[in-house]
Amino acid sequence: MQRLALFIPLAIFLVLAVLFWRGLGMDPQALPSALVDRPVPDFQLTELHDERQLTAADLPAEPLLLNVWASWCPSCRIEHPYLSMLARQGVPLIGLNYKDAPEDARRWLAELGNPYRFNIADRDGRLGLDLGVYGAPETFVIDAKGVVRYKFVGVVDEKVWREQLKPVMDRLRQEQTP
Amino acid sequence: MKRFLLCLSLLWPLLAHGVIETYEFRTEEEQQRYQHFIEEMRCPKCQNQNLEDSNSPIAADLRREIYRMVQDGHSDSEIVDFMVARYGEFVLYRPRLDDNTLWLWGAPALFGLLAAIVLFRLSRRRRKAPPAALSTTDHARLDRLLNQDSRE
Repeated sequence: MQRLALFIPLAIFLVLAVLFWRGLGMDPQALPSALVDRPVPDFQLTELHDERQLTAADLPAEPLLLNVWASWCPSCRIEHPYLSMLARQGVPLIGLNYKDAPEDARRWLAELGNPYRFNIADRDGRLGLDLGVYGAPETFVIDAKGVVRYKFVGVVDEKVWREQLKPVMDRLRQEQTP
Repeated sequence: MKRFLLCLSLLWPLLAHGVIETYEFRTEEEQQRYQHFIEEMRCPKCQNQNLEDSNSPIAADLRREIYRMVQDGHSDSEIVDFMVARYGEFVLYRPRLDDNTLWLWGAPALFGLLAAIVLFRLSRRRRKAPPAALSTTDHARLDRLLNQDSRE
């Protein structure tokens, strides 16, 4: 018994070592969204171009990507070509123009192309706040019922699409057509 | 003159960054509540800064929301729920007690208890075994050793 007690410090060390080793591999920036599995919050905003009224009911009833972007956001420019490609492949893409001046946003889209079916103009960031947005670009996967199913923060590229967003989208499409 | 203008231009960044919003409060209590929340809540963008310290736009937005809710007379738990619903438990520097944080809150008490048990058992063991009295032969040997030492 006495002998065994000598091994207690070693055991504690080993447990801590494993914990800390795992902690090293974790991403401290990762922030799980509180919105996952909750419906898109209610909003009443205008469309960026034609200024018609938009609400959560206007979101298409199919799995889609809601992309939070702004003309002041450099990373949005980086992901824009990839998003355009996804849009050409037929992925439904809705834009949330976050805390942006409408003129700047329209110029940005005119210059780079508009991959979005429509753009929700969230000038004062109210919807962004309700969605828990803390920095563009962010991309939400929303199902046919308008429920947030996944959130990705950062630049969407080939890897992110293949490993994170596409699997969720595929699953949602399967759910839709049982 | 040129040098003076150059020096003056150095002051420019100070002007640009010295802007911080000021809020008017009707009562001392409201101001204290606001202050409490912006100190206790974490900025989601610049992690490890609270809302008070952070200059990021999102922190400013959240400060504005907290101000609005304090002004509208929302209760403390309503304000906390509002923030947690949007940004998760992460925004709270003092996590709430629930299934996930049970260990976090319980561990210090658990370790304290463990230490107390170990201390208690150690002290009891020590009291139970008093030092054995020396036998006469041991005494004789001890005297011999001590004398030997003083002679040198």
